[in-house]
Amino acid sequence: MTGWFADNFVSILNGLAIGSLLFILAVGLSLVFGMMDVLNLGHGALYLIGAYVGYQFAGDVSSWAGFLTALGVAAVFGIVAGLILSLATQPLIGRGHLDQALLTLGVALVVAEVISIIFGDDVQNVVAPPGLNSSVEVLGNTYPAYRLALIGVGAVLAVVVWLVIEKTSLGALIRASVSDREMVSAVGVDNRKVKAGVFAFGSMLAALAGVLGGPVYGARTGLDETVLLLALVVIVIGGLGSVRGALIGALLIGQVESLGRALVPEFASFMLFGALALVLIVRPRGLFGRAGAA
Amino acid sequence: MTSRLPLPRLISLAVLILLAAVPLFLAPFPTDMLARMLIFALLAVSLDLLVGITGLPSLGHAAYFGVGAYTAGLVSMHWTAAAPIPLLAAVVVAALAAGATGWLAVRSHGVFFLMLTLAIGELIQQLAESWSDVTGGDNGLYGIPAVEIGGAPIVLVGYVYWYVLAFAVVGFLVIWAVSRSPFGAALRGIRDNEPRMRSLGYSPFRYKLAGFVIAGAVAGLAGGLLSVQQRLVTPPDLGFTVSALALLAVAVGGAGSLWGPALGAALVVLIRDVYGPDLDGHGTLVLGIVFIVAVYALRNGIAGLASTRFRRRPDRTHTGDPTQGTSATIGSSESSPDGDIDAVDNAPSAKP
Repeated sequence: MTGWFADNFVSILNGLAIGSLLFILAVGLSLVFGMMDVLNLGHGALYLIGAYVGYQFAGDVSSWAGFLTALGVAAVFGIVAGLILSLATQPLIGRGHLDQALLTLGVALVVAEVISIIFGDDVQNVVAPPGLNSSVEVLGNTYPAYRLALIGVGAVLAVVVWLVIEKTSLGALIRASVSDREMVSAVGVDNRKVKAGVFAFGSMLAALAGVLGGPVYGARTGLDETVLLLALVVIVIGGLGSVRGALIGALLIGQVESLGRALVPEFASFMLFGALALVLIVRPRGLFGRAGAA
Repeated sequence: MTSRLPLPRLISLAVLILLAAVPLFLAPFPTDMLARMLIFALLAVSLDLLVGITGLPSLGHAAYFGVGAYTAGLVSMHWTAAAPIPLLAAVVVAALAAGATGWLAVRSHGVFFLMLTLAIGELIQQLAESWSDVTGGDNGLYGIPAVEIGGAPIVLVGYVYWYVLAFAVVGFLVIWAVSRSPFGAALRGIRDNEPRMRSLGYSPFRYKLAGFVIAGAVAGLAGGLLSVQQRLVTPPDLGFTVSALALLAVAVGGAGSLWGPALGAALVVLIRDVYGPDLDGHGTLVLGIVFIVAVYALRNGIAGLASTRFRRRPDRTHTGDPTQGTSATIGSSESSPDGDIDAVDNAPSAKP
């Protein structure tokens, strides 16, 4: 067992790094869906915006100033995009998931094409900030320091989001909106503001994930679709509207992506969606979904 | 309205004659493009049976389209290219694939159905990419022989077009007949009020599965026609983008009307394949804008616009009018004036 663990240690670490990135990406998608029943297929495009902001400000030169600027700019872009999406989906409330899916898919297509017109279709790399752009020794394996930092950032964000959702009055409002938004509205809270806030927060996290993921995945066209599919798989497996579900789904999918690819490369491409299909068949509402959701 | 032949039938007949005459006066390139439109229209119409009639919005319908395309291509390459055999094989294999996957998918509802069909579509695309001994992997199937009628291969664009047109009409008629039958009425009933249909003694699972299989089989027919027209099948032909564009065609055209999605599909192909190259390959940008406009401005699609014009006619019967079903937006709580189950009331969705 220890031998197996040592052999696959790097894969497990990679899985954790992918998992933390996926959690940052997916938690906003999950909350927006769980709260407002809005299926946002534009979430991947937000990640893409972040990735190209990262390339723009931290593309070639390794510097903390560039990387932090990229994070700041991406956060602003994310918040603005989230508010716009929240406004845009407002008239579609009650018209079913198909209309929302079409609208957000259309927005995603437009964003991806505009980015491809501005930056071209070449694959772009983003360098990690100084101090993190080298490798370190972990239990006898050399491992990129940036990915370790990513795992750390993911863990910190998971704790922060969990604390906010579970321990603050704002979090109580969000949880209440997830379980019964009519009742929240009935006690005098403006649903639209809660929705806009959560949308902005989730979109900001998605854009930040784009910057954070830059040194690992770079910036390229088509990345939006890849990360959107991953994020959807994560939230459906975890259960819509649940922070804990998003975390566990992200860690699980991180391992499936990394460890699965290392252990059974010939089945790797099937495992992701195989896992999704399996979870939906056994637990149709996800591992942590509630009976009332969706 | 003194004529015994109602206006919609006359229009359909005129459109059919016009479509059949196309190779006589159009150049090969536009004819070929029209063949692509017909194929994509058949895919969109088969998806409409799921989305508009049964209320099951699928994000993976291109999977069955692709299964049909690969099946017809493989049969033509390794067995026979004699006229209907590759297409029949495409229909049968696509129906089997739809049966096996639909058996799982139709158990879920709402957004979970969207996700599960998305997963199925991705799985089948992965299969096409990685099973390279059979499917040719990323390169796809190339060198598919031309379809043969009576031993003579059909290569001229005009003849290929007629072949595509003939089978597209057959496929369209199948979906139309299904949607007009008591079975189709039951599907609409399930769309509008599933608990009520269950309490009336229907098995929603069986009806939805049957609808899913029929839609998959017709999508397979469209895929078979694609392999005839392109003579090349690649993994992107069954990818997420094709599924999403088919859904767009249904939404732009008007879910539930059948002819609307066919027009929507023609529009999508026009933007993607005809105008796309002029826009440096950024036809997708225009398609994205069409998505957004369609959601806000064309609530019931092109068919919705047409039906508001027709609705003033006092003698509108609910059986002879192809605009029937246009008022059905997925998940909306509008009542549906069509179908035989008039008593279905506006049920709230599962969540009280």
